[in-house]
Amino acid sequence: MTATDTVAGAAATAGLPQPFAELGLTQAEYEKIVDTLGRRPTSAELALYSVMWSEHCSYKSSKVHLRQFAAKAPPSDALLAGIGHNAGVVDIGQGYAVTFKIESHNHPSYVEPHQGAATGVGGIVRDILAMGARPVAVMDALRFGPASAPDTGRVLPGVVSGISFYGNCLGLPNIGGELDFDPSYAGNPLVNALCVGVMRHGDLQVASASGPGNQVILFGSTTGPDGVGGASVLASATFGEVKGGGEVGGGESAKRPSVQVGDPFTEKLLVECCLELFAGGLVVGIQDLGAAGIACATTELTAGGTGGMLVRLDAVPLRDASLGPPEILMSESQERMMAVVEPARVEAFLAVCAKWDVRAAVIGEVTDTGRLVMTWHGEPVVDIPPSSAADGPVYARPAERPAAQDALAADDPAALPRLADGDGLRADLLALLSSPGLADKSWVTDQYDRYVRGDTVLAMPEDGGLIRVDETTGLGIALATDGNGRYCRLDPYLGTQLALSEAYRNVAATGASPLAVTNCLNFGSPEDPAVMWQFAEAVRGLADGCAVLGVPVTGGNVSFYNQTGTVAIHPTPVIGVLGVHDDVRRRLSVGFPDVSGPASIVLLGRTGEEFGGSAWAHVLHGHLGGRPPAPDLDAERRLAALLVAAAEAGLLSSAHDLSDGGLAVALAESCLRGGVGCAVRLPGDPFTALFSESAGRAIVAVRPGAEAAFGQLRDAHGVAGETIGTAGGDSLVVDGCFAIPLTELAAVHGQTLPALFG
Amino acid sequence: MLWHGDRDLRGVDAVILPGGFSYGDYLRCGAIARFAPVMSELVPAARAGLPVLGICNGFQILCEAHLLPGALTRNAALRFITRDLRLRVENTRTAWTRAYSGGEQIVVPLKSGEGAYAADPGTLADLEASGQVVIRYASDNPNGSADGIAGVCNAEGNVVGLMPHPEHAVDSLTGPSADGLGFFASVVAAGVMT
Repeated sequence: MTATDTVAGAAATAGLPQPFAELGLTQAEYEKIVDTLGRRPTSAELALYSVMWSEHCSYKSSKVHLRQFAAKAPPSDALLAGIGHNAGVVDIGQGYAVTFKIESHNHPSYVEPHQGAATGVGGIVRDILAMGARPVAVMDALRFGPASAPDTGRVLPGVVSGISFYGNCLGLPNIGGELDFDPSYAGNPLVNALCVGVMRHGDLQVASASGPGNQVILFGSTTGPDGVGGASVLASATFGEVKGGGEVGGGESAKRPSVQVGDPFTEKLLVECCLELFAGGLVVGIQDLGAAGIACATTELTAGGTGGMLVRLDAVPLRDASLGPPEILMSESQERMMAVVEPARVEAFLAVCAKWDVRAAVIGEVTDTGRLVMTWHGEPVVDIPPSSAADGPVYARPAERPAAQDALAADDPAALPRLADGDGLRADLLALLSSPGLADKSWVTDQYDRYVRGDTVLAMPEDGGLIRVDETTGLGIALATDGNGRYCRLDPYLGTQLALSEAYRNVAATGASPLAVTNCLNFGSPEDPAVMWQFAEAVRGLADGCAVLGVPVTGGNVSFYNQTGTVAIHPTPVIGVLGVHDDVRRRLSVGFPDVSGPASIVLLGRTGEEFGGSAWAHVLHGHLGGRPPAPDLDAERRLAALLVAAAEAGLLSSAHDLSDGGLAVALAESCLRGGVGCAVRLPGDPFTALFSESAGRAIVAVRPGAEAAFGQLRDAHGVAGETIGTAGGDSLVVDGCFAIPLTELAAVHGQTLPALFG
Repeated sequence: MLWHGDRDLRGVDAVILPGGFSYGDYLRCGAIARFAPVMSELVPAARAGLPVLGICNGFQILCEAHLLPGALTRNAALRFITRDLRLRVENTRTAWTRAYSGGEQIVVPLKSGEGAYAADPGTLADLEASGQVVIRYASDNPNGSADGIAGVCNAEGNVVGLMPHPEHAVDSLTGPSADGLGFFASVVAAGVMT
C-alpha cells in the first residue's frame, strides 16, 4: 500500500503538484481550496472537493438563476419542505404528504445504457426515501437520437431494460413518462427518472447531523470502486473532448468503470429497512448516497447540522480492500444510506438492519468542533470546514442570445407545402402516427410493471399517471412530465412555459388539481454563452409560468454538458407536475367511451395557425424554424379548473390534452385507447384544425345527457369550446376529409417501434 | 403474513406465495427462495393437502421446490412483458379455481420476464391427460409457453401455480377487470379460510 497522504503530511509538503485539473477543478478553484485550508489539500480532501464542487453536485453555474424559483414562487400553503432538501414535500390533505423529484442520468446511460438507466432509478428512489416517504411510483422521460440510427439500437433497448430490471425488481409501478427522438440527442440521450413517495405529515425526516455524540451509521451495500469520480468525470467532462491524464483519458471505454452497477434487491431491502427505522423513531438525520457518495453525505449532513463530524474511513465496509481514502470518498457504489443515531438507539437500529439483511457499520460521530475530520487508521486525512465543500463556488457565467436565433425565428413553417385534400390529410396523419416519437410506445412500456402495489389507477398511455393514496377516501395523486426540445430551441422562455403548460394540462386531464412542480433541466455546456442564454431563459420562463399558474417549484435537477464536441442538444427542460385527485374513482381516461348513447366530443380552447416546432413540420418536412405556439397560462388555468370541476361533477367520460400532432393525433389516440371510433366535423381550415399545436386545448367526451350542464360549466370557467362530433363506430371519420378504420390506425400506430427494435 | 426466515406456518389454512423478485432473481427465478427456512415447513404441508397458490415468482418457487412439474424459462422475446391477457380456466376442480365455470374466459394481467412454461413432452402429455393444466392463454401466447400453459396444479389439485397475477384483477379501478377474484373466492368458499 502506498503511503497515506495525511493532513500533517500535506502541511509539510506545500507546493507538491496535485492532479486537480484531471479531477475537473480549475486553477482558481484549486487555489480557493488552498486558501480555505491554509495548506495544500490531502489527496482525500482534493477528491472530496473535486466531487463536491463538480457541476453536478454544486450547481455552480445554475445557482444564480435557480434562485428565481423561490423568489417568484406563488403563495402556497401546500409546501411542507421546499428547495434545498433532497426533494420538496407537498401537503395533499387528509394528513398525507407527498414528495417527488426528477433527476437526470444522461451521461452514464450513454456510456453503459442498462446500468446507467437502472442506477438512475435507484438514485431517485433513495432521494425520496431519505425524506421519510415510502416510494410509490416511478416515471421516465427518455430522449434518444434518430430512431433508425445504429447507436439508438444500442442505447434505447439498454436503457429500457435497465429501467425495467431495476424498477420492476424494486416493486415500484412505472406509471408514465415520455419517449422522443431527435438528431440532437444522438450523442447525448436524455434519461430522466422521476420518483414519488407518500408519507404522513409527521414522518418528514431531515438531512442533518445534529447532537454531538450521536453516531454516524453507513448502511446498505458495501463500498467498491464502481463510479469512482463519476460525478466529476461523467457529469463535467464533455464527450469527445476528454481532458487528458490517468483514468479520465481514453474516451468511452475508459469511462465505463465510472458507471455504477445497480442491485435492486438490496435497494428493496434498504427501503423496507429505512421505513421500519423511521417508524421506530430510531433516526435523528438521514441522507442517501448518490453522486459523490460518502463525500457528499458527510459534508451535507455536517453542514446542515451541529457543524462537526468525525469519520473513521477505515470503518467503511469495503468490497475491494485495495481502496484508499480518496476512492472511498468518491465511490458511487449504489444502495447506501447514512444515518445519524442517538447512542442509546444504535443497538435497536442495528437490529432492524439485521432483520432485513442490511449491512450496517458505525463509522463516526457528530462533534461540535465545526470541522469535518476523517481519519484513516488513526491519522487525520481530512480536516475541513464542512460548509466550504457543501456550498461550493458560484459562477455568473456569460450568457448571450446567439445571432443565429433570428434566422431560426424567420424560417417560418408557413412556407412549407401542405397537402390540403382529404387523401393528403389522411396520409399526413398516418405519417405522424407512425413516426417514432408519436407511435405506440408499448414496446417500451410493456417492459415496465405498472400494476405492482395495486394502487395504479391510470398509467401510460394515459395523459398522466394516477396513484390511489387512500383506499377509503379515494384520495390520489396524479403526475405528468413533459418537455419539448424543438419548442425550446426556437424560444427557450416560451418553450419551457409550453412544457409546464402541457404537464399541468395532462394532470388536469385525469381530473386532478395541479399542485406543485419539479424539473430536470437538460442543457449543453454552461461555458458556452449561447447555452447559458438558453438556460437562463428557460429558468426565467419556468419561474414566471409557475407564478401565473400558482404552482410552486419544489425541487429539481440540472444536467449540463449534454453535447457532442461543440454541438449542444436542444435545450430540454423536462417539467414534472404533481396534482391531487380528491377521488380517483372519478378519474378521466384518454379513451373514448363505449356507451350506448352517442357521447359528444367537445374541442376546448382556441386553435390558431401555429406550426413552429410542430410534429407536422418535424415529421413531414424535417423542418425546425419559426416561433413556437404561444402559451396562454391564464387559459391553461381556466381549462384545468374546468376539467377538474367537470370530472368531480361526473359530466365527462374521457379527456385528452392536445399537444404534439394536434387534434388529429389526439383523436386517433382517444379512439385507439377506448377501442371506439368517432365522427367529427372540423371547424375552419381542415389542415390547421387537424395539425396545429396551439396550447391550452383538450378534447373531452361528454356523458350523454350532461351536454347542457357541461356547457354551463364551460361558460362559467370562461373556456372556449365547440362540439365537433360524437364518439362511436369503428373508424376515425373526419367529415369531408377521410375515414380510417381503427384496425388500420392500430396497425400503423403499433408497427413502428417493434420494426425498429425487434 | 409469514416470514421467510421462520420455520413456522403458524397454523394457517392456506398459503399464497406472491409474485416479486425473490433475491432479485439474479440466479434462476425462485432457485434461492426454495431454500428459505419457511419452505422446509411448506413443502411437507403442501404434500399433505394444504392449499397453496403460487403467483408468478411464487409459481417459479413451487416449480423449483418440485411441488409442481415443469419450469419457467425466459420469455420467447427475451424481454419483460406487462400485458392484460385473456385466459381460459381449464380445470375448475382445484382448491383455487372452483369459483369459475369450465372454459370460462377471464382477463388478468401478466407481468414477467421468465414466464415461458416448459416441460418435457411426456410431462406435458401427462398434464393434459390428467387435467393438471389449470389456466391457458386464450388468445395469443405472449411468452412462448408450451401448449399456451399459464398455470398448472399438482395431481391432488391443492397446489396451483400460474404466471398471470389475479390479485391485480380484483377491482376495475386498479386492474383490467375483477376476474381474478375467483381464485381467492374459491379457497374461501371451500371453507379452508374463515
